[in-house]
Amino acid sequence: MLIFEHSIDQRRNPSQSPTEMADISDLPTSCLRDTPPNLPAVSEMQTVRHYTQLSQKNFSIDTQFYPLGSCTMKYNPRACNKLAMLPGLLRKHPLTPAQYNQGTLACFYELQEILKDVTGMKAVSLSPMAGAQGEFAGVAMIRAYHHARKDDGRSEILVPDAAHGTNPATAVMCGYTAREIPTDINGDVDLDALRAAVGPQTAGIMLTNPSTLGVFERKISEIATIIHAAGGLLYYDGANLNAILGKVKPGDMGFDVIHMNLHKTFSTPHGGGGPGAGPVGVSERLIPYLPVPMVDHDGRSYRLLTEMDCPASIGRLSAHMGNTGVLLRAYVYARLLGAEGMERVADYATLNANYMMARLKDKGFDMAYPERRATHEFILTLKRQAKELGVTAMDIAKRLLDYGVHAPTTYFPLLVPECFLIEPTETESKYELDAFVEAMAEILQECQRDAERVKAAPHTLPVRRLDDVRAARQLDLVWKNPTQAVSS
Amino acid sequence: MPFIPHTEAETKAMLDTIGVDSIEQLFDEIPAELRTTKLNGIATALSEMEISRLMSERSEQDPHLQCFIGAGSYEHHIPAAVWELTTRGEFYSAYTPYQAEASQGTLQLLYEYQTMMAEIMLMDVSNASLYDGGSALAEAVLMAVRSQRKKTTKRVLMPRTVNPNYRRTVRSIVSSQNIELIELDYDKESGRIIIEDNLVDNNDISALIIPQPNFFGVIEEVDTLTNWAHEHNILVIGVVNPIAMQLLKAPGQWGEEGADIVCGEGQPLGIPLSSGGPYFGFMCCKEKLVRQMPGRIIGRTVDIEGKQGFSLTLQAREQHIRRSKATSNICTNQGLMVTAATIHMSLLGADGLARVAAASHKNTLSLISQLKKITGVKTVFNSPCFHESVLQISRPATTVLDELARHGILGGYDLGNDYPELGSAIMVCATETKTEADIAAYHSAMQIVMHEPAVASNDQ
Repeated sequence: MLIFEHSIDQRRNPSQSPTEMADISDLPTSCLRDTPPNLPAVSEMQTVRHYTQLSQKNFSIDTQFYPLGSCTMKYNPRACNKLAMLPGLLRKHPLTPAQYNQGTLACFYELQEILKDVTGMKAVSLSPMAGAQGEFAGVAMIRAYHHARKDDGRSEILVPDAAHGTNPATAVMCGYTAREIPTDINGDVDLDALRAAVGPQTAGIMLTNPSTLGVFERKISEIATIIHAAGGLLYYDGANLNAILGKVKPGDMGFDVIHMNLHKTFSTPHGGGGPGAGPVGVSERLIPYLPVPMVDHDGRSYRLLTEMDCPASIGRLSAHMGNTGVLLRAYVYARLLGAEGMERVADYATLNANYMMARLKDKGFDMAYPERRATHEFILTLKRQAKELGVTAMDIAKRLLDYGVHAPTTYFPLLVPECFLIEPTETESKYELDAFVEAMAEILQECQRDAERVKAAPHTLPVRRLDDVRAARQLDLVWKNPTQAVSS
Repeated sequence: MPFIPHTEAETKAMLDTIGVDSIEQLFDEIPAELRTTKLNGIATALSEMEISRLMSERSEQDPHLQCFIGAGSYEHHIPAAVWELTTRGEFYSAYTPYQAEASQGTLQLLYEYQTMMAEIMLMDVSNASLYDGGSALAEAVLMAVRSQRKKTTKRVLMPRTVNPNYRRTVRSIVSSQNIELIELDYDKESGRIIIEDNLVDNNDISALIIPQPNFFGVIEEVDTLTNWAHEHNILVIGVVNPIAMQLLKAPGQWGEEGADIVCGEGQPLGIPLSSGGPYFGFMCCKEKLVRQMPGRIIGRTVDIEGKQGFSLTLQAREQHIRRSKATSNICTNQGLMVTAATIHMSLLGADGLARVAAASHKNTLSLISQLKKITGVKTVFNSPCFHESVLQISRPATTVLDELARHGILGGYDLGNDYPELGSAIMVCATETKTEADIAAYHSAMQIVMHEPAVASNDQ
């Protein structure tokens, strides 16, 4: 039932809004709306019950193992939420003069410093509001750098074929064309193809390392040399930073610009699709172009650097400082971990992934790169099972839901057929990992015994498999009140 | 170990299963010369008790000022239930609802949100959110240009009455796509957009942005502007305050045909001020433009048993399918903020939201009428405003605001940087959260700051 279907005319919650309807007769009637919007008229308890019940139809980290590759679904510590929502922080208007918002700015400044250290970059701006906006900021800075050198002939951004979809989409938003570079048989970038593609038209390359194939790009130093020799810059997509926290710094690998997904590596919640935060870090030569605002500290007080302080900046990506509440959560998380805790993140994320990979191999599953170490994630391919048993990766993913486990990422990266990208994260115990492995093994047996049952999964969730074709062809994006439709 | 559950025995058993001696060995594919030695700039770990103490000190260290600033972010009462529900783990710690069967809660909520926004704006469709008001406007500009492909040049009219920070954001985001943003000036008497007749000589403008109310709080002549734009085959992008839309004419009814795209800042719908974020951007449009819309969209459909269900739809527009040909690079949006807004709208209903809008408007009028009695304080524009207004003051705005702060009053937003032609001018707003006493306190502080002798109430 939709919230609108609980609605009864005239029902309202008097304690939630002003007791009287104030006089607005000073406003000319020509600019007023004639009828109020058709919003639900429900009691407070109906609202609470309705949305509580809706929440119970979700899988979440707090309720299920969520090994979604490339998404880093680790536990979101409750302290981070509670401390970011202290009333003194929430009531600060974004246009409060810096001198009256020193407490918040201190957290942001320290977060900038922490992120500089873990990435090995020279300066950080926190303002991009998600990974994709961080990518945008990064590529826009690359463009600004070339432009400042009057080197405007560069028109291409190179992107490995395994890259996230946001990479080529971002390159285009920044006015470049995206050129794909193939991957070699071991999961590394094909260096010969890279050499052939690089030229005076190359503005830069966007790389994730470890790559989306769940392996460390071993030839990164050579790639950096090739790109830099051609006058291009290297962009680091920080989606997989969790795997190398405290182990390798992107700055040391030769990257010029990086974005971080705080909603992955720094454990801020995914919230059913955001908000995230995508701070960017840069090497020396890109510092002038960082997006504003940033926080500066003169030893005594904190202040915001704006367009006036940074004339070469690529500018502002949001009206204010981006997703500040997310930044506060990441700050609290970073302080709870400390330096030693950050190194442990990479250690145990990697241990968990390699352990699951070993156990799944044992159970007869095929790995996309069996000879390689897993990083914080790995790829399993169900190509053989699809052929022999007539079940797809999607079928098995849906059946896992019946076992109370969120499905891994399916069909990404695009170049591995029938694949699962599995990322357990460091916050899961051996018990949860074992349960997943056993569920996979049982489903495999089920495929041999009764493939139809697997193909019809899920069986135990609020809905069965949905008709996506109908959703796209017979668009139903907003609810129309059937009683009104009849009367009009 | 914080947030890592492994015991030593478990770690040992896991290493044995993998067939290595140490965790360190698992990193042996990383070239040795790249390995980090230490994180030097990061302090040692704090316990939850220690970080709680630090954060609570930081949250209280600055003086609490009574806020009379709006300028795009508005202090409204947020019912307790909103964030109690929003931070339930099942909403808070879920991912983007790609696995529809395991995400029906979030998906249905987003469908309800889309319906509510379409109702408020009287538009055909809504997406499931963008980052914030400024970046939503940038996406609207890109969308308008995309859907006007036949035009030879890409020009968009962006009035100076649009929030200056939105204008900066639009410039940063669309700058590399050869889009020309033409600023339109405003009438110094009325504070409204001026349209010059020679603007459309070569008939190649893609879109006109119309703010309602505009940044000054002034109500724009939306019907006239919309009709003018449509006569010249120009798309109309409305950028509106969703609280104001409870009372003002909805964009879908502007002029003869209504606005084509509507976007704006969703913060007034249950999102705390929180130094500027996270907020959320909303976007609605006419149905014929839906395939050009950026961001996630939820559709209602049925499952294999014919039961109602919800899923992400029209995904062929998006980066994870379309890659370099996507309508935007956006992936993560502001799902949790939309969760709060949906619950907020449900709790207040149309009646409650209209009361909030009307009370905010009335409080602002009350504040203005008191302040302008003070010598050296006057209103600037002569046309109707909504819940926000510009005041000119005879002393420098920075000094006045600074002195007001010492009286515990965050007295407004200084327009000096963005509108130097207005002289010393500030923008003030008093939402429904302000009492008569708060407004009186501002008034008496302003009297002192403007060196006007205070009049004791029993002398009147």
